Amino acid sequence: MSSIDFTHIKPYGDTFGDGAVQLSFTLPVPYGEEAKEAARLLAIKMGLDEVQIYHMKDLGEHYTFFILYGKVAHSIDYTKITVAKIETTRLDYYQINEKIKKEIKRKIVVVGACTGTDAHTVGIDAIMNMKGYNGEYGLERYPMIDAYNLGAQVKNEDLLAKAIEVEADAILVSQVVTQKGIHLTNLTELVELIEGSGLRKNMILICGGPRINHELSLELGYDAGFGSGTVARDVASYIVEEMINRNRN
Amino acid sequence: MGELQLNQSLINKARNAAEKIAEQVDAFIMPRSTVTIERTALRLMGIDGVNDEEIPYVNVLVDQLKENNMLQDGAVSWVCKAMITYGMTPQEVAEAANIDKINWEACRSLPNDETEQLGFQLAEAGLLKIKEQQQKRNQMLEKFGAGKKPYLYVIVATGNIYEDIVQAKAAVRQGADIIAVIRTTAQSLLDYVPYGATIEGFGGTYATQENFTIMRNALDNVGEEVKRYIRLCNYSSGLCMPEIAAMGALERLDVMLNDALYGILFRDINMQRTLIDQAFSRMIISYAGIMINTGEDNYLTTADAVEAAHTVLASQFINEQLAFKSGLPVNLMGLGHAFEINPDLEDGLLLEIAQAQMIRQIFPEAPLKYMPPTKYMTGNIFKGHIQDALFNLVGMLTNQGIQLLGMMTEAMHTPFMQDRQLSIENAKYIMNNSRHLSEEISFKSGGKVEKRANEVLEKATTTLEEIEEMGLFTAIEHGIFADMKRPFDGGKGLEGVFLKNEHYFNPFDELLKRDLGLGVERNE
Repeated sequence: MSSIDFTHIKPYGDTFGDGAVQLSFTLPVPYGEEAKEAARLLAIKMGLDEVQIYHMKDLGEHYTFFILYGKVAHSIDYTKITVAKIETTRLDYYQINEKIKKEIKRKIVVVGACTGTDAHTVGIDAIMNMKGYNGEYGLERYPMIDAYNLGAQVKNEDLLAKAIEVEADAILVSQVVTQKGIHLTNLTELVELIEGSGLRKNMILICGGPRINHELSLELGYDAGFGSGTVARDVASYIVEEMINRNRN
Repeated sequence: MGELQLNQSLINKARNAAEKIAEQVDAFIMPRSTVTIERTALRLMGIDGVNDEEIPYVNVLVDQLKENNMLQDGAVSWVCKAMITYGMTPQEVAEAANIDKINWEACRSLPNDETEQLGFQLAEAGLLKIKEQQQKRNQMLEKFGAGKKPYLYVIVATGNIYEDIVQAKAAVRQGADIIAVIRTTAQSLLDYVPYGATIEGFGGTYATQENFTIMRNALDNVGEEVKRYIRLCNYSSGLCMPEIAAMGALERLDVMLNDALYGILFRDINMQRTLIDQAFSRMIISYAGIMINTGEDNYLTTADAVEAAHTVLASQFINEQLAFKSGLPVNLMGLGHAFEINPDLEDGLLLEIAQAQMIRQIFPEAPLKYMPPTKYMTGNIFKGHIQDALFNLVGMLTNQGIQLLGMMTEAMHTPFMQDRQLSIENAKYIMNNSRHLSEEISFKSGGKVEKRANEVLEKATTTLEEIEEMGLFTAIEHGIFADMKRPFDGGKGLEGVFLKNEHYFNPFDELLKRDLGLGVERNE
């Protein structure tokens, strides 16, 4: 175990370099020996060696469920990996308000909504509502932030209209429902709308949700993206720093 | 069975306050109707189908009557007049109205007693279809037995009714007792009911009458094979609450989500609209012998489960009294609550038991719908499976009626085939192993669980007395439930509410009230 070769990284089960992975899936075939063989062959195609099917279950209606283990043949060069990350210093509630007062010298305005047909306000509420989440105050509570939470099922047009009306510095969009890529359509539409309005450069555009990450957000044309576990101060820290940077440039 | 010593005088006080609240709401509802109530009556008269633009004929009719300022008389009244004037069936009237071939003014002079006689005839026939479905359910329950409680409730949500069937049948073979077909995102905000079999949806499948028929048949068939009666659940909620109740009644659904408060808080539906709709929908539901499920569990997804526990209880008291006003018997009240306490909290399990057992004792004959953890479910499916196991144990320990099974992939995606099976296996394992545990348990007098239950009860009573003071509408405006504030005139659907005039005629309303023993006689 002296030195790990970071250019060839494999999963670790109980012996270094064993490549052990656990896997479960259902196949649309009737329970039986043929099903088991199908699962094994599929796992081999996925790049697993020494495939062991430890559990199989008849789900009825000619579906069969498997839990299996194998050793992955592939490896990853860890040294070549680069990931887009938000590099902001994470400040707390007091520091953020102080920084806005000192460096921006006015209240900042944030408008947020859960757009499209998505009715799940859990995310946007956690970030914006007074109460916040898990003991972290939401943006509404920040004396130096004017926060407008428009709630769920807001049309992209209405969100933009509100942002223009209150001269928002930042727009937050939450997307929880991701079935059939509906969040991508929705998020793209908003970017296009804002770009069409000629206001893109005046606004910090942020999206968030359990299936959102920073990299995806950049691809979609957003300035930042926040995933699960984000609290209000993560978002606020980013907005404040980004505003200050933009003013400088 | 061990019971908590609950403060009975507080329970009485809470129930009295809730009764007064329900009376206030009822007094507001009585003189009013809505576009969807009128459409419901037309549907029960036998009007079905959509026009070339996919607009349901019942919407065409009601919109036309509304435009002509005639809706205050009741849609049934005008359709009956047109039937007599033109010698048409209800469906023919609808189709003729669609191409502007009904001159409503020309129908005006018909005497009311003649149209009302026809209206009652049609209403009797419409309600008979519902009665027949109820009888059929009773026969099947007699044949197979009602099944052991708690009933295992799972959802299907593919968007394609035919794919839903495959998943539903598989779940039944694995042991599910209730199949709920989750609706597509935002159907609750449509002010019409889509038509026909559907194969596309987001996060769920459209509730249409045809989809109900298709799933009902599939569950009856697989039920015959496994020798159990499989209950079907859908959503009588949103802007078409009573219409969907009627469809559910006609297609023999057994369980329906039905809770105006949920719509107000979580779908921003106007409170006047949906409380009026709920009263009528619950009469249909009562008449059809369908069990309602209420949505108090959702309060805990936005508010904290420990701090806001009393709002759940308060809302259950109100829902119970509002349901009585629509003639719903207690054994059909699936009042909702949930296992949503932060899993990191020390003794959280004790608090969960306190809440579940307290509700069990306060509503001893209600089936109770117990919802699994959702708020604190993460992508860690291994932990999630254990959270669900703990939830199943509490359900068993406190004799819940319906156990809505948690999925370890909650918070990730709609359940995979195997998720449902693993979840049913989890529930069956725990329930079988602890089948008579509740009979062996007694609660420590003055212990943590009992204290907690009485605390929640006391807070709920205070809350109910406050609501009684200000009225339910104002209480909702103040954000008393789920930390959500909703204005009296805000939200969706208010434009569909109207005051009935002195000639208002809705034979379904009258017959349902008569059959359910509601109305004048009740207040003697």
